[in-house]
Amino acid sequence: MHDERRIQATVNGAEHEVTVPVRLTLADLLRQKLRLTGTHLGCEHGVCGACTVLVDGVAVRSCLMLAVQVDGHEVTTVEGLADGENLHPIQQAFMDHHALQCGFCTPGLLTSIIDFLGQNPTPTREEATEAVSGNICRCTGYAGIVDATLAAAEALRAEDRPR
Amino acid sequence: MKPAPFRYHDPSTVDEVVTLLGRLEEAKVLAGGQSLMPLMNLRMTGFDDLIDLKGVQELQGITVTSDQVTIGSMTRQRACEHSDALAEALPILREALGYVGHPQTRNRGTIGGSLAHLDPTAELVGVASVLDAQIIARSTAGERRIPFDRYPEMTFVPDLTDQELITEVVFPRWPEDHGWAFEEFAPRHGDFAIAAAAALVSLNAEGAIDRIAVALLGMSEIGVRVGDLEQEWRGQKPSEALFAGVAEHVRRFDATPDIHGPAAYRQHLAGVLAQRALRHACDRAGSRLHA
Repeated sequence: MHDERRIQATVNGAEHEVTVPVRLTLADLLRQKLRLTGTHLGCEHGVCGACTVLVDGVAVRSCLMLAVQVDGHEVTTVEGLADGENLHPIQQAFMDHHALQCGFCTPGLLTSIIDFLGQNPTPTREEATEAVSGNICRCTGYAGIVDATLAAAEALRAEDRPR
Repeated sequence: MKPAPFRYHDPSTVDEVVTLLGRLEEAKVLAGGQSLMPLMNLRMTGFDDLIDLKGVQELQGITVTSDQVTIGSMTRQRACEHSDALAEALPILREALGYVGHPQTRNRGTIGGSLAHLDPTAELVGVASVLDAQIIARSTAGERRIPFDRYPEMTFVPDLTDQELITEVVFPRWPEDHGWAFEEFAPRHGDFAIAAAAALVSLNAEGAIDRIAVALLGMSEIGVRVGDLEQEWRGQKPSEALFAGVAEHVRRFDATPDIHGPAAYRQHLAGVLAQRALRHACDRAGSRLHA
């Protein structure tokens, strides 16, 4: 009963065709098959948020999806956020506001926040605080993370302003 | 590998799903995966065949009519949260969804999946109870409409056979100017609720109660309603005495002690939440009356 399937997925803009065991999780596809180890495993049962990636632009727990479920879909991981040397505004904001220390939770937070700001471009501090509550951070105490989220929201709004 | 081996099926129609369920001995259905995948990863569940519903388009969708809302079982919680039509027709659903896990889990989690899993403190269970929802299930033997008060058998065990698939959930609507509230206590936002209360109230032109429904989560009986009180209170005006009365009534419901505390703790908590939910629902109904 060791079924395998051939799947095609676009990961960080690159098309991949790969044969996977049907029970392989999306997280393990990214980390083991595609060697994109920026996506981290904290609990592997959906509560810590470290494995959060974007599937078709929507933040999901990659430990709770099967690799076969992204056949024909687009996945964005932390490795796909920067544009060459140019950091994504949320990455820059994390640096500016000391929103990371060990960095283990960071990839999951970045993807979660990108989805959040896409839904709510003008969050209040309270909304931003609630938005990151699905990702556990043991180092920072969250203040810098919330500051970075609000700063990134402002930076993203500024990008959209007609010049 | 996290989960144990299984055979994977990804059907495209409900007919294909129920045929598989009728044929396979040890099969599980995969909806949003936010409850089942953790169990699989922790190897706390065993099955030979996994039937993934992600390709079954007919299970998606929200239909709003003047007297009811029908939600396809695979409709994502995120879609329900963002639907303005749903917010207008079933405002308590949007409020309750804000307490369901976290945005990332709501992006995949489904309405049907949560109700099929039947965690006794699931917010959607409370909403289905207070709204007298109907669970529509299909198998090769046909369709069954299960009223929610008969649906939970016990924790994690609904009145569904292994061959049945929940296709949709029907929620009857309340009058347009009804009041609603969902109050919850959990150790942290997004954690499983220790107790929660869902309240709906409809006032007549004089401001007296025309109809009322209150459901509790966290007590021994899953999604328990306050029963006779709902009839007794018709014709009465909302008051602090009434709200205190619901708290006293709820405190007498059966509760089980666990790591969160003794039974008395849950009973007290449920009483407080029921009181707050009822007050909030009446305030909302009152302000809509005068709007």
